Amino acid sequence: MPTIKSLDELKAKRQDILEREKAKLDKVVINVSLATCSIAAGGNLALEIMKEEVAQNGLTNVEFMQSGCMTYCFAEPTVEITLPGKAPVLFCGVDAAKAKELITEYVIKGEAVEGIIPVNYERVVL
Amino acid sequence: MAATALDKKQIRIATRNCGFIDPECIDSYIGIRGYEGLGQVLTMAQADVVDLIKRSGLRGRGGGGFPTGVKWGIALSNKADQKYMVCNADEGDPGAFMDRAVLEGDPHSVVEAMAIGGYAIGATRGAVYIRAEYPLAIKRLKKAIDDARSYGLLGKNIMGSGFDFDIEIKYGAGAFVCGEETALIRSMEGQRGEPVSKPPFPAESGYWKKPTIVNNVETFANVPAIIIKGADWFSSIGTATSKGTKVFALAGKITNVGLVEVPMGTTLREVIFDIGGGCPDGKAFKAVQTGGPSGGALSHKDLDVKIDYESLIARKSMMGSGGMVVMDEDDCMVSVAKFFLDFTMDETCGKCTPCRIGSKRLYEILEKITQGRGTREDLSRLQTLCVNIKDTALCGLGQTMPNPILSTMDTFADEYAAHVDDKKCPAHVCTSMLTFSIDPAKCTGCTLCTKVCPVECISGTKKLPHVLDASKCIKCGSCYDKCKFDAIIKQ
Repeated sequence: MPTIKSLDELKAKRQDILEREKAKLDKVVINVSLATCSIAAGGNLALEIMKEEVAQNGLTNVEFMQSGCMTYCFAEPTVEITLPGKAPVLFCGVDAAKAKELITEYVIKGEAVEGIIPVNYERVVL
Repeated sequence: MAATALDKKQIRIATRNCGFIDPECIDSYIGIRGYEGLGQVLTMAQADVVDLIKRSGLRGRGGGGFPTGVKWGIALSNKADQKYMVCNADEGDPGAFMDRAVLEGDPHSVVEAMAIGGYAIGATRGAVYIRAEYPLAIKRLKKAIDDARSYGLLGKNIMGSGFDFDIEIKYGAGAFVCGEETALIRSMEGQRGEPVSKPPFPAESGYWKKPTIVNNVETFANVPAIIIKGADWFSSIGTATSKGTKVFALAGKITNVGLVEVPMGTTLREVIFDIGGGCPDGKAFKAVQTGGPSGGALSHKDLDVKIDYESLIARKSMMGSGGMVVMDEDDCMVSVAKFFLDFTMDETCGKCTPCRIGSKRLYEILEKITQGRGTREDLSRLQTLCVNIKDTALCGLGQTMPNPILSTMDTFADEYAAHVDDKKCPAHVCTSMLTFSIDPAKCTGCTLCTKVCPVECISGTKKLPHVLDASKCIKCGSCYDKCKFDAIIKQ
């Protein structure tokens, strides 16, 4: 891998990455919290079930990603879904049934699913 | 589902990326201006970097609250052929998990900040001291270090600046005292994890007797944001003496268990009730322990205290690393103090006498009180011993160990009095002081209690009120837990 040799190269690298990430704008992005505690609460299971459901329904515009702690221990497993052109929505308590429902109802039909955690913080973006 | 419907009382700086980026993907971090702070710093003079951190007002988030920039400045001014930048990830307070969350959710920000600090003080080597009980955090940190190396963001001549810096991982075996910086350094050197007296401070003579800076994970996580957004931005958040935010791990009898990051100066009431949703099941709030086993219990009288380093110390507690354990009306404060003492008694390294033997004696007195054998003299002995240990223990562990006792004796004096004078535990927790009986008006004679009683001290005819033989009762509470009709009286 070519190394980054200056701050300018780092900034150029960032532009490449942002360019690449633009492709995601047309996709459904499903972000599953997978910290130790989220995994213990069943985060991996939720991820697997959603992947299966996406495959079964033949969806091709869904991208999965993992992230760390989403800070809501009381509501694990937590999954954040971003539909194209919409604000991210955070769902809590995603067990097997809810994981299925998120795909069939929210992702496919765009219908509301219960258990949304409102954004209660201001995130500092650099 | 408890909705956290509230104004945005939280500001996420240290946890800004947790839950938003893929911690195992360096590109994900670079996409949000990762390593740009390091790139900027490498074009600055070392003293200017130190000055920027000083002006930001950032203070140690591990609990001590020492100004980070001042610490870096001392290490910078100490000339040596080798200096070290160490990250303290030996998170050990009961109920605290913010460092793990940061390392699992955003490891690159810690790696970047260590390199920034390394440049500022003139260290070419860094180490993360992390407890082996955090396997996922270790895995993600390792990957972060490897990826940064392969991009040339760690290693030789970083970004063409001529600055070399690399990080290794050192594993702790889970001893609480190793969170104390001198014990941590000894453990890293392969010696027993025991503290040594300060001075000399590690910034003068630390790892292998070289100038060493030990900073906490959360402290580091703030650094890249300060570099990019500036010292003035950071110091505009918080109180006069404490700048920025603090991450707390809300645990115990609280509805919304989780991590919260609030600006310094937020009140305990806002954290516990507005964000945390108060105590579950409609129970009344009784106390909150901040600072873990080194801190103290704060009562409802302290709910409007604005959280910062000084105000918590003024209330005989401390900021600590950010554990916030909430207790409700069902918790006995003497037992809570005993619980924390049990922890520190277990974790004392045994090097100095006040901590090694003092903790045991304190525990014995507390046990006597909770068993209903305590006297007024015990209370004054407890107080004296606490003060003596605080004054004479070698390191922070021993010096702060009596805090939970002193603060509960102060804030909940009536509860201690009830234990020693009336031989009663007002919260009905200390079982030796309880008596169990059956309310004949409520008992339906379902016989459930007779089945769970291990000593068969409950008798009666089916469908008629039962009787409990108090002379045989071992006060285990099984009948109380099982009865569906609230017919068991505990007093």
